[in-house]
Amino acid sequence: MVHANSLYGPLDPAPDAGYEDAPPRMGFFTDTSVCIGCKACEVACKEWNDVPASGLDLLGMSYDNTGALTANSWRHVAFVEQPRPSGWATPAFEDTPAGPPVSAATATFGAETATHTGTDPGIPSGSPGAAARMVGGSEFLGMPGAQPPGRGTGVEGRSDFRWLMMSDVCKHCTHAACLDVCPTGSLFRTEFGTVVVQEDICNGCGYCISACPYGVIDQRKNDGRAWKCTLCYDRLGAGMTPACAQACPTESIQYGPLEELRGRAAARVATLHGRGVSEARLYGHDPNDGVGGDGAFFLLLDEPEVYGLPPDPVVTTRDLPKMWKRAGLAAVTMAAAAAVAFIGGRP
Amino acid sequence: MAEAHPVGFQWVMEAKRRGAKVFHVDPRFTRTSALADSYLPIRAGTDIALLGGVVRYILENELDFREYVVSYTNAATIVNDDYRDTEDLHGLFSGFKEKNASYDQTSWQYHGHEQNGTRDTETQRETAAGLEHESHGAPVNGQTERDETLQHPRCVYQILKRHFARYTPEMVERICGISQEKFLELAQAWTENSGRNRTGMLVYSVGWTQHTVGVQYIRTGAIIQLLLGNVGRPGGGVMALRGHASIQGSTDIPTLFNLLPGYLPMPHHADHPTFDEWVDSIRHPGQKGFWGNARAYGVNLLKAYWGDAATAENDYCYGYMPRMTGDHGTYQQVLNMIDGKVKGYFLLGQNPAVGSAHGRAQRLGMANLDWLVVRDLFMIESATFWQNGPETETGEIVPEQCRTEVFFLPAASHVEKEGTFTQTQRLLQWREKAVEPPGDARSELWFFYHLGRIIRDRLATSPLPRDRALLDLNWNYPTHGPLAEPSAESVLYEINGYDVASGRPLASFTEMKDDGSTAGGCWIYTGVYADGVNQAARRKPGSEQDLVAAEWGWAWPANRRILYNRASADPDGRPWSERKKYVWWDAEKGEWTGYDVPDFEKTKAPSFRPPSGAAGVAAIAGDDPFVLQGDGKGWLYAPTGVLDGPLPTHYEPAESPVRNPLYRQQSNPTRKVYTHPINTLNPSPPEAHSDVFPYVFTVSRLTEHHTAGGMSRTVRPLAELQPEMFVEVSPELAVERGLNHLCWAHLITTRAAIEAKVLVTDRLTPLRVEGRIIHQIWLPYHFGYQGLVTGDSANDLFGITLDPNVLIQESKVGTCDIRPGRRPRGRELLDVVVDYRRRSGNLNPHYPPMVTTDDAASDSDQEA
Amino acid sequence: MTGPTPADPNEPAGARLPEFRIDRPADGQRRRGTGRGWRGRGAGGEQVTVPPVDFTSYYGRPILKPPVWKHDIAGYLFTGGLAAGSALIAAGAQLTGRPRLRQVSRGTALGGIAASTYLLVHDLGRPDRFHHMLRVAKLTSPMSVGTWILTAFGPLAGVAAVAEVAPLLPRHGALGLARRLAPPVGDVAGLVAAATAPALATYTGVLLADTAVPSWHDAYPALPFVFAGSALAAACGVGLIAAPAAETAPVRRLALAAAAIELAGGHRLERMGLTSEPYRQGRSGRLMRAGRALLAVGATAALLSGRSRALSALSGAALLASSVATRFGVFEAGVTSARDPKYTVVPQRERRDQEGDRSPAEKRT
Repeated sequence: MVHANSLYGPLDPAPDAGYEDAPPRMGFFTDTSVCIGCKACEVACKEWNDVPASGLDLLGMSYDNTGALTANSWRHVAFVEQPRPSGWATPAFEDTPAGPPVSAATATFGAETATHTGTDPGIPSGSPGAAARMVGGSEFLGMPGAQPPGRGTGVEGRSDFRWLMMSDVCKHCTHAACLDVCPTGSLFRTEFGTVVVQEDICNGCGYCISACPYGVIDQRKNDGRAWKCTLCYDRLGAGMTPACAQACPTESIQYGPLEELRGRAAARVATLHGRGVSEARLYGHDPNDGVGGDGAFFLLLDEPEVYGLPPDPVVTTRDLPKMWKRAGLAAVTMAAAAAVAFIGGRP
Repeated sequence: MAEAHPVGFQWVMEAKRRGAKVFHVDPRFTRTSALADSYLPIRAGTDIALLGGVVRYILENELDFREYVVSYTNAATIVNDDYRDTEDLHGLFSGFKEKNASYDQTSWQYHGHEQNGTRDTETQRETAAGLEHESHGAPVNGQTERDETLQHPRCVYQILKRHFARYTPEMVERICGISQEKFLELAQAWTENSGRNRTGMLVYSVGWTQHTVGVQYIRTGAIIQLLLGNVGRPGGGVMALRGHASIQGSTDIPTLFNLLPGYLPMPHHADHPTFDEWVDSIRHPGQKGFWGNARAYGVNLLKAYWGDAATAENDYCYGYMPRMTGDHGTYQQVLNMIDGKVKGYFLLGQNPAVGSAHGRAQRLGMANLDWLVVRDLFMIESATFWQNGPETETGEIVPEQCRTEVFFLPAASHVEKEGTFTQTQRLLQWREKAVEPPGDARSELWFFYHLGRIIRDRLATSPLPRDRALLDLNWNYPTHGPLAEPSAESVLYEINGYDVASGRPLASFTEMKDDGSTAGGCWIYTGVYADGVNQAARRKPGSEQDLVAAEWGWAWPANRRILYNRASADPDGRPWSERKKYVWWDAEKGEWTGYDVPDFEKTKAPSFRPPSGAAGVAAIAGDDPFVLQGDGKGWLYAPTGVLDGPLPTHYEPAESPVRNPLYRQQSNPTRKVYTHPINTLNPSPPEAHSDVFPYVFTVSRLTEHHTAGGMSRTVRPLAELQPEMFVEVSPELAVERGLNHLCWAHLITTRAAIEAKVLVTDRLTPLRVEGRIIHQIWLPYHFGYQGLVTGDSANDLFGITLDPNVLIQESKVGTCDIRPGRRPRGRELLDVVVDYRRRSGNLNPHYPPMVTTDDAASDSDQEA
Repeated sequence: MTGPTPADPNEPAGARLPEFRIDRPADGQRRRGTGRGWRGRGAGGEQVTVPPVDFTSYYGRPILKPPVWKHDIAGYLFTGGLAAGSALIAAGAQLTGRPRLRQVSRGTALGGIAASTYLLVHDLGRPDRFHHMLRVAKLTSPMSVGTWILTAFGPLAGVAAVAEVAPLLPRHGALGLARRLAPPVGDVAGLVAAATAPALATYTGVLLADTAVPSWHDAYPALPFVFAGSALAAACGVGLIAAPAAETAPVRRLALAAAAIELAGGHRLERMGLTSEPYRQGRSGRLMRAGRALLAVGATAALLSGRSRALSALSGAALLASSVATRFGVFEAGVTSARDPKYTVVPQRERRDQEGDRSPAEKRT
């Protein structure tokens, strides 16, 4: 049953995928304002899903030695050290004889460490400049070098400091490009509205990897297939909570019916704003966004790209009809050119 | 707390969600700081100055919970005329004996209590006697002189006020490097959150205990909690976050050389020649409180050990009990190993080669044994030191020649065996076995039961009297399964205690008889098997119970969740407030009632006053909530029992770059020092050359690893999260020493040099102390040379200096130097350490003077 | 692993502080990340300096996963196009009675499609599971569509090419019958193959565009035309090299048309804003420029070659090379744009800021 919004716009994916009386759509709400960076989610995920090792390298990216979501890391806790004020805290180093911050400089080192994660392409090294910019936060976009006094990389002594932590995961998009482009039907939509790879079907064509606007799904070396978070489909089926949410000690990772989670999230943001944490904002919660809303959405304390998330992703298949039209036009042009070339030349 | 106890931290986050303000005091900005409302960077080892500042803030501003303080603490009690305070003696208390650097506590006594019932204080230090007081106060005679107006110049309240008078916000700033504004923010929030309607809880961990003044750290916290009325009330108290599961259990039923189950002291050869003398040394005839029944506890323990063989005629086999002859603590043992005085060593779930201070001493000691038994889940450093340890690299240990025969026995993990965990709230929780242990792995219970069984079989025909103690043991436990696993429940039954004749499990320690008709392995645990039911296995969800949740697990004593909870009611037995209602006196029924099991005689009215000359339980008045204290009061001032002073005092750590700004006395004058060639110490002011080790370093945990790493560096999903040993330094120090992010650096003390990758981070900051810049360095102590990820061990940097009360090592602060690049290898490694010892003034083992009160060459001392 | 150079002991504290400042102009050799973590970098302690940059990301790491497709796919873009173009030319030759050109082109079509199939299967992470492609037919998956186009085109092209060997068969017996039947069958197959050829040549544009790879997706209007032109150019190239000049007049005309189509499409690639950068700069940029230059040369030479075999051959070679360069250029450009977070972040932020509805306060709802 193809829906008007099958490629774009608000939609309840499970019924659209043909499930009769599907259960409510389940998902994650990850509240980074209570994340303590314990990485229990990473470990629980690896243990439950028997995910292989992802390398033993010290990356120097604060306490992040995982680096990114890969075929061998289905949860990834990001750590960002910023010499910037945190909405709830009094300045950490206000009265200490501290010099200028070094976070930006160390981030540039971290940007250049690369590691084999047992996946393809592993974790490519990054752009030092963008890394340095990260610690200043997005407010410095388009104003190179400029830093508010006492923060960022100015020569004044640092006073403010905050340490952002965020557990990233597959977004289980409403409009999942990986699923749409999969030529084998290996990726499928579950009755819970989540997106899962069938490892016995996947033939490693790699199309989903280029299609994912979040850079989540990844190919595993010496295996060839694509892997990603299944939102613990096996546990959901048994009425259990996904391993990461189960292990999270501070309820930073909340699992439940998506509608309910969206309500909780809105309330949480309101509370935080009430407490002066004006930087709190939701990400991926909006059914009208470029992917029709994420099944796993977040409460962030800085712009998405600071955490390695795309600021405004759009599912590539939104433009697919137009693409086919252009291809058709090109094909006709091609045929016509050939016809003209042969007929036109007839004496 | 988020770093080392992330699961417990969920409750802090819950409180924060409900609007609580979270303060975090730590030398380094951790994951806890990231979530805290206020972060206070502090110089490691100066917490008493900070807490003392809070005490002064409370007293100067009269913010104490006066009615509670007057009635329930010893604030009003008058102290001996001869008492002299640190105010008068440059940082020493009266009664200090230079000879053995210990205190004669006579002058600290309450007025009129001239004789001090306890052993001489040096023996107390040798035997860590302070540990005996975990379940009860030190002995004092019940009758005391009190001035409830608190005006008497020698009443505890006034002494306290005077003692802490100099702990001003300015002084806190000078010592700790914490600005006055931040200090006042902290003090204000703390005091405002206490009183009739509110209570505050204090939670600490080994960052507080592992100091030469560790016990006094906790004392200071306890004083604040008593002044604010936060003890014996819901949401109050002083809680220790333990480093492992069941650390509490391991002192209740101890793995300590100086204690027996239930905090009964291990007999000392000189002080306790006979059973009666041993018992009397515990119950102190004439003293108030439940220790009056110590004889029954002792008899029951011996009956549990030796069963039918233990009779009144033979003093219940008291003669079989081993005797202490002095300090048998782990560090003394290690030094004895080096000196060849110890032949064999059992290590069970412990990894001293990485986890204990002065790793090199640990490894050299173990390399000089006849045999060593290591029971662990993985092949840990302590089992392979002879082969892979750093000393094999320096040539100090030659694998071919190392004489120690190491037996490695695989152990069952906590999911592979049944038993109990006792957590910090004294709550016993039963643990089911989830899976069979793999291969040859076995539980400790299995190991010791069968070890004992086999030894007893071997000795069965022995005529030697010395073997009787073993052969007479009550060693019959039912076993089950193909591995003949002993029944853990049968052990719990024995611990609980039973009526010898009928075998009926005892319901409470009050049922224990001192005539041998009952037997019980640990009197404070009696009741855990009441009615033959494993009370520790109860798992009724909290949602189906009231806030006390009394039917989840079982807490000692008597399933009481909050000790001294009579203090949750006012002197007349009424709740202090509706909001904090917990236990109260029901006048109609004429009994104590409430949500929890009242920690008081059920029918003793608040108005009850004991006749003079009464002793034991009978001597406790109706408004004496602290029923295990000699005088029934909470102790702001400790007239005895604490070996380094009746009141906490800020002393600098044994190794510090700073001259004590408060007193001429630099560091704890009674600290336990081991003079041994291997135990060199860095110089500290007022000595010369302390500048050779200009930096303060401290070690602690990462969330990703567990203690010495035996259970985390060996597990891939954990190992890959923190894959290398690293050291965190501030940008300022990095610049000063030319250190660079992700490059190597090595740290040097007079004990060792270790290397680590550098993480330069804004999370560390220099501090301004005494007008100087003090740089602090942080390291994780998880790394060693075994496992999937390896690195040098931070604990190698520490020397051995201990707290005098409980013999805990100062392994949370020391001084060092740091240099860029990797450490030297082989012999050169020793050379660089020797070179530093030479530069720091002394190639021979170095010991800073115990007493520095004559050294006025410093403007630090207020009176100088 | 070497440590940093120790600080001069006499150096005043803070003297090296500027080294930790990052707002200085880039200077000196920058370390390159290596596959082995920070190890393998030069000695530590070198100055940290960062080129000016105007966007934010997580340690500068790619947000997207760069395509895991190997150069097989770039190669396939060429061989597939070649096959499609050749099938069209073969049909033209067949209908206009140019037997040599027909034979050459049918052969090329078969060769191209065979190579394509090999490359596609070889690129799979699990080649043994190539047939899983045939489990489903999905319009939303250009790769699935392409699979079915290939499945249709391949056998037809094969039959058409095989029919060309008929004259070599004996005149009598069963094979004699085949010899007589082959030509008409081949002709039918050739015409049907030609009918599917344009789809084969242009769907690959959608294949690349229907991804999150910025420089591919943004190029969706242009890619099918670039590929169509490139396919014809390549096929013309073979024709000009292998067919007698007497039969290649239409091919020369077609080469001009191909050039026109491709250049028109290529021009659009240059005007997509930031995501055009990879088509202009770096290795991919050089490949694209080479492709255009060779195309111009080839087309011009085709125009002028007349009956000169040498010039025709030169023209043909240029056209083939042009097609190869263009395909690899487009492929590389996509990979580059996925590897640098700039191409993901900046355009999306611009779009967001234009929408201007994403202030944190408003993000609540």
